[in-house]
Amino acid sequence: MKVSPAPFLFRGGIHPPDSKTATAALPLKDLPLPARLEVSTSQHLGAPAAPCVAVGDRVTAGQLIAKASGFISANVHAPAAGTIAAIREAPTPTGRTATAIIIETDADAPAGEPPYKPIPDWREQEPRSLLDRVAEAGIVGMGGAGFPTHVKLSPPGDKPIDTVILNGAECEPFLNSDNRLLIERAAQVLEGCQIIRHILGAATLCVAIEDNKREAAAALFAAMKATPGDNQIHILKTRYPQGSEKQQIYSVTGRTVPMGGLPMDVGCVVENVATAYAVWDAVVNGRPLTARAITVTGDAVNTPTNWFAPVGTSFADLVAASGGARDNLAKLIAGGPMMGFALPSLEVAMSKTSSGLLLFPRECVRPYRSMACINCGRCVEACPLGLMPNELSQAAEADDIDEAENRHVMDCFECGACAYVCPARRPLVQHMRRAKAVITQRRRAAAQQKKT
Amino acid sequence: MITSILVVSGIGLVCGVALALGARYLSVEENPLIGTVTELLLGANCGACGYAGCGGYAQAIVAGEAPPNRCPSCTPEALAQISAALGIAPIEAAAREVALVLCRGDDEQAQKRFVYDGITDCAAAAAVGGGDKACRYGCLGYGTCLRACPAGAIEMVNGVARVHPELCISCRKCVAACPRGIIRMVPAASHTHIFCSSRDPGATVRKVCKVGCIGCRICTRLAEGAITMDGTLAVVDYKQPLDNEELPAKCPGKCILKV
Amino acid sequence: MNTEQQNTAAGPELVVGVSPHIHSGASVERIMLDVVIALLPAVAAALYFFGLNAARLIVTCVATCLATEWICRRLMGRNNTLGDFSALVTGLLLALNLPPGLPTWMAIAGGVFAIAVAKQVFGGLGYNPFNPALAARAFLLISFTGPMTTWSASCIDATSTATPLGMVKEAFKAGAPAPFAMDGGLTLDFLLGNMNGCIGETSAIALLIGALYLLYRRVITWHIPVAFIGTVAIYAAILHAVNPAASMPVHFHLLTGGLMLGACFMATDMVTTPTTARGRLIFGVGCGLLTMVLRTVKTGAYPEGVSFAILIMNAFTPLINRATRHRIFGAAEAAKREARK
Repeated sequence: MKVSPAPFLFRGGIHPPDSKTATAALPLKDLPLPARLEVSTSQHLGAPAAPCVAVGDRVTAGQLIAKASGFISANVHAPAAGTIAAIREAPTPTGRTATAIIIETDADAPAGEPPYKPIPDWREQEPRSLLDRVAEAGIVGMGGAGFPTHVKLSPPGDKPIDTVILNGAECEPFLNSDNRLLIERAAQVLEGCQIIRHILGAATLCVAIEDNKREAAAALFAAMKATPGDNQIHILKTRYPQGSEKQQIYSVTGRTVPMGGLPMDVGCVVENVATAYAVWDAVVNGRPLTARAITVTGDAVNTPTNWFAPVGTSFADLVAASGGARDNLAKLIAGGPMMGFALPSLEVAMSKTSSGLLLFPRECVRPYRSMACINCGRCVEACPLGLMPNELSQAAEADDIDEAENRHVMDCFECGACAYVCPARRPLVQHMRRAKAVITQRRRAAAQQKKT
Repeated sequence: MITSILVVSGIGLVCGVALALGARYLSVEENPLIGTVTELLLGANCGACGYAGCGGYAQAIVAGEAPPNRCPSCTPEALAQISAALGIAPIEAAAREVALVLCRGDDEQAQKRFVYDGITDCAAAAAVGGGDKACRYGCLGYGTCLRACPAGAIEMVNGVARVHPELCISCRKCVAACPRGIIRMVPAASHTHIFCSSRDPGATVRKVCKVGCIGCRICTRLAEGAITMDGTLAVVDYKQPLDNEELPAKCPGKCILKV
Repeated sequence: MNTEQQNTAAGPELVVGVSPHIHSGASVERIMLDVVIALLPAVAAALYFFGLNAARLIVTCVATCLATEWICRRLMGRNNTLGDFSALVTGLLLALNLPPGLPTWMAIAGGVFAIAVAKQVFGGLGYNPFNPALAARAFLLISFTGPMTTWSASCIDATSTATPLGMVKEAFKAGAPAPFAMDGGLTLDFLLGNMNGCIGETSAIALLIGALYLLYRRVITWHIPVAFIGTVAIYAAILHAVNPAASMPVHFHLLTGGLMLGACFMATDMVTTPTTARGRLIFGVGCGLLTMVLRTVKTGAYPEGVSFAILIMNAFTPLINRATRHRIFGAAEAAKREARK
């Protein structure tokens, strides 16, 4: 085992106040089972899962209720026993709508057997069977994008993976869900990483954690002593976006993922803390992914809390359990403040990727202005990719989408560092997003034309 | 002083002669008809005919590749003149169509779900939480059509786009630009329209908008075939004559207007 | 498909926008205000050394710029931008770039030119290719060369009405030796600002204090001032080493003329200068070279070259920006991969 500061540091980035103190010391609390769960079939990237239950059906906890449809898709399970009340369109935390399965929960149902056979002796198992378990359990990247984990864990044969990186950066301000999971369940998270390493046949496990999370680092250190193999802890400088896959790979290994490429191109797989924990739970306990840690915080909620809550819990229930919202609530954000999605109402249910719910009061919400760029260059300094957000946004504003495309707007992953520092408060990320949407549409149309 | 005047005049003279000679001997042989037709077309270069600008269309007309009535902005007189110039039988003008925004749910009539914070563009706004208008089919009012219009025929009235039919050149740019797809081409001769695009059930429409179609079907009976139901939305069939003066007053959703 | 629930979810009026949902708090207003604060020492020095004339010019220029900005925006039917303080900064900078005896009406003409022609014609703050205050100074210098190069008497020579740079240029042009020696006393006077010149450019020490404040507030980065002043210093050092009789020592070039004001406040105007660190270094070096060429070429008409140097480099800003774009993360690796295929 080796503990060291991360040897590299990506260029750019910002230092927002971390605003984590309100919930950093609060242990994870199990949320009392809500009366109603709204489980979306689209909690992941890729094709929505296909419902395999009907209205009126009784389901047990952990029962498969929607099957993955296609290669990039993920299973969805019932978080609790109950009755299917409806199957209908519902808003997702990312601002879209998708089919959701509404379950009236049955609080008196006995906690049955886990739906899948526990595999405590996973070290003796074939990687293939463990990969199947990850797929069965509907595990997705829980850091934000929700990419199906079994797909990530089955790279093509010509891309050998030598390093598994556990992403413990949690660089988004306000959030503590990963942090608390590490503090309280470091051993389980690490075992999940071991399973992932076993599946991939990788030699090295690097745990990356920001230097402002001492308690979590200590817990990891203690748990890692008992972990066999080449294990390293890399202490990252606190800087946003350290938690971004490509930036983190660079900080930890010095390898640069080619533009348009994937981590596996440089022999790495990055997994989020919550995902590793879910992998452990699925393999060792036979339980599918139906609950996760979520931080409910912000100055407009009465009792900020770190919950361990079933997927499908409505944000209204979460806020009610957290002492309710204050009157000055002006913005509701699913996820972190840098990359999260503002919600139009509390009537949205949390998903596998919901790491936080932020309630901002009126005084923290200042509108964007479409003021002219003053060319100060702060966004250029902040961009971790070396893009020129000032030029890109101006091109998008002038509808010169070709120019934006030539300037690599498609590489922008919308970390928001540019808009955070912009003194003119220009909505830079939205400009990028608009340009990207137009380009995607054009490419799709071009591909369609080629086909016909 | 005299020298300067002479020098400058001399330079002007030499250049003028050179240009005149160039125009005389270097000119590209072009069918003079193309110039005539181009001038008779409106010159808006809107592209509604399917060609890149009026010049391109004129070339196609003269070459006999396209009929001369594809320009939506062309007046019947101009069309007759073009036909005469080409020496062909007068072609009937296609009925003029104008764009119409099928929504009148402005800031007073329609509810908003939230306060939108971002760039003033309907497509961008629609991508944020599905748009701030409570009605999923309502005009967002961020003026994307207005900026797409080459004729300046669109105005924002209290948060809803309105096309001035007399200025519309029928280029359909706004139809393509609207992310909600609620701008439709209608015959300029028709004046009674249903200003609603909502396919939501009536109860939903009632909750979010005071001027929306609630699917009551009263108008279909009064219009005698000129209005049909598309799901819960009443739609004018512009091929049928629609001259029932009572319609606007009888519409409980207050979305039928004569303009 | 039941959308009722979605549409009727009553609740507080929530704000929905695109991420990020937090902001550093930086603002254009604050940046401009910081520049004003940073100019206060120079304003104090101007008032001390040039008295009522300085007060007259500062009040005139600031009032003219603010009024012109307000009128222009109104005439164009645009929003009022007095609140971003950029017109205030332009007015102050223009005043500090004028000789003390300039007639008031010329200062007014300069202020109107700065805002109306050099800024609002291009679309206002952010769109102007040239620094408005410098453009106005160049306009005045060309239109009213006499009044713009008439100086009051000061410490070097109680009767002369030339700047130190002007005296030196005339002397060297005539093949005479340097008109004065840069001894300790004179250096101190120059450092404090006790010499002829534009009202805000003479006190190097006041300007440097302001520049340190701007650096501390992160309004400017070190690149342009260091590259600019450094280039001037190296250029002057080489000249002096090669021919001490016909050139002035380094500290003379650093302390006289508009170098400090130009390098710290005019060449760091973010609207008209490059955005990348490398670009800023190139910009600063270019300004330094041009300044020294204009100052030391004996056939040149003007003894000073800072403002023209910056204006010329302003024109190169888009080009420099284009040439110094950052390397995109992973672009080189992607190119390598392509090549291998």
